[in-house]
Amino acid sequence: MLKIDNLTAEVDGKPILKGLALEVGAGEVHAIMGPNGAGKSTLSYVLGGRPGYEVTGGSVKLAGVDLLELEPHERASLGLFLGFQYPVEIPGVSFVQFLREAVNAQRKARGEEAYSGGEFLKVAKEKAGLLRLDMDMLKRPVNVGFSGGEKKRAEMVQMGILDPKFAVLDETDSGLDIDALRVVGQGINEIMREPGKGVLLITHYQRLLEYVQPDKVHVLADGRIVKSGGPELAQRLEDEGYEAVTA
Amino acid sequence: MSEVATVPTTRDEDWRYADGDYLAAAGAEALARWRTIEVAPGETERNCEVRLSGPEASGFVDRLRVHVGKGGRYEHFATIAAGRYARIEIEVTLDEGAHFEFGGVTLGGGDKRQEFVTRTIHAAPNCTSNQVVRAVHWGRSVGNFLGRIEIPQHSQKVDAAQNFRAILLEKGASANAKPELEIFADDVKAAHGAAIGALDDRAAFYMASRGIPPEVARKLLVRAFVADAFDSVEDDATRDDLVERTLAQLDEAAV
Ligand SMILES: Nc1ncnc2c1ncn2[C@@H]1O[C@H](COP(=O)(O)OP(=O)(O)OP(=O)(O)O)[C@@H](O)[C@H]1O
Ligand SMILES: [Mg+2]
Repeated sequence: MLKIDNLTAEVDGKPILKGLALEVGAGEVHAIMGPNGAGKSTLSYVLGGRPGYEVTGGSVKLAGVDLLELEPHERASLGLFLGFQYPVEIPGVSFVQFLREAVNAQRKARGEEAYSGGEFLKVAKEKAGLLRLDMDMLKRPVNVGFSGGEKKRAEMVQMGILDPKFAVLDETDSGLDIDALRVVGQGINEIMREPGKGVLLITHYQRLLEYVQPDKVHVLADGRIVKSGGPELAQRLEDEGYEAVTA
Repeated sequence: MSEVATVPTTRDEDWRYADGDYLAAAGAEALARWRTIEVAPGETERNCEVRLSGPEASGFVDRLRVHVGKGGRYEHFATIAAGRYARIEIEVTLDEGAHFEFGGVTLGGGDKRQEFVTRTIHAAPNCTSNQVVRAVHWGRSVGNFLGRIEIPQHSQKVDAAQNFRAILLEKGASANAKPELEIFADDVKAAHGAAIGALDDRAAFYMASRGIPPEVARKLLVRAFVADAFDSVEDDATRDDLVERTLAQLDEAAV
């Protein structure tokens, strides 16, 4: 469903991704682990089309469509969702307003009818409930004054509302307390565990993978996938560290 | 702000960012004209204006002199998205316990030059003022805020705040802030801040990543930005109307 071939990308003229290849099949969850600065967030931004992240070679296809040809908002309408490692605060714009614009822009782009105010609120309530996020928080400006963990839960509420085909979740688990981790894990399964969907889960810890069991685990180091394996690889990495496992 | 009948030029401090050609064409007499407003003690007066004009219009200079009696309140909220050179100038004298509330937005593209000039004279103790100005510019347009705050020695316990922020949507646009504080009393609060920057590109990408097209994202961000200037408009409908009419001018921006 997501197919990345020999992808190279640079930021400010500095090569970060150096020939990355990865394929995630429909209905699968893959985990990416790797040392700090390896290029994991860069990969997520490149997939999302963030300005300043320049692709210098290779290809990315999502459901057969060339992702790199599309503008960031078009990628979202195609069904790509990015869960941010550092969700962005937007003062003066409420979550409700933000998400209603987002979901209706996507629906419009796909030729679907826009949600009415009532329909939108019903979906928003349901997803906020799923992630145990107080609906009142969605009346506040986007991420402003949210705690680290609340921001991450709010990311998952957004994912629930937008109902993407493919999600790249960048350290969604970091900053979550033990209970929140379980809630978020269950939320990811509920929203994304479907035959036609796929997930790329970027994480440093094995813990989230106990709730969201990956079909494959990859190690990203110095801009490439240097090792891939089954779920047991995550445990080995946690026990032995990157250097020993990838040596 | 002298009233001698000579044409001001950009060499004059108070007109330093003005359009010299406009001033010369307008002539000394027209530029020396002031409207006056007298707010009686304990009364409140409010003015809201959204000043627009077609691209051909040369613009305007509006000068307003306000006196606010003891415990009175004068509020002025204005958007300038008008001709080539447009200036709203307000000189306010505050008696004891009086308040001046000002919210202004300049917005424009092309060669437009828009400015607010205020002079707030805190003529007695315990008077207060709050001014919030936001500027949104593109093309080669310019937004200015010249704000002079005067607090003479006998005016203790004065609280005067001034805040200016500008967003430049394109490289050629610019903004100028010129706060001027003449404070001779010692027990006063006077806060002022100014910041000039571009639209928050992290927020823009976050919005895009959720499927919001760039022009919609820009509008949401600019709306939130200009709304600051009208935050203290008490009536919701009036405030929304000001924001929406201001924002409507953004649509002409082909950024
Ligand atoms: N704007 C930039 N200019 C220069 N280098 C950058 C820029 N942005 C990122 N980098 C570099 O790119 C490399 C990869 O960063 P990235 O954020 O993708 O790492 P990561 O794998 O997500 O790390 P972490 O586990 O700490 O989140 C780092 O060395 C980082 O310093
Ligand atoms: Mg990262």
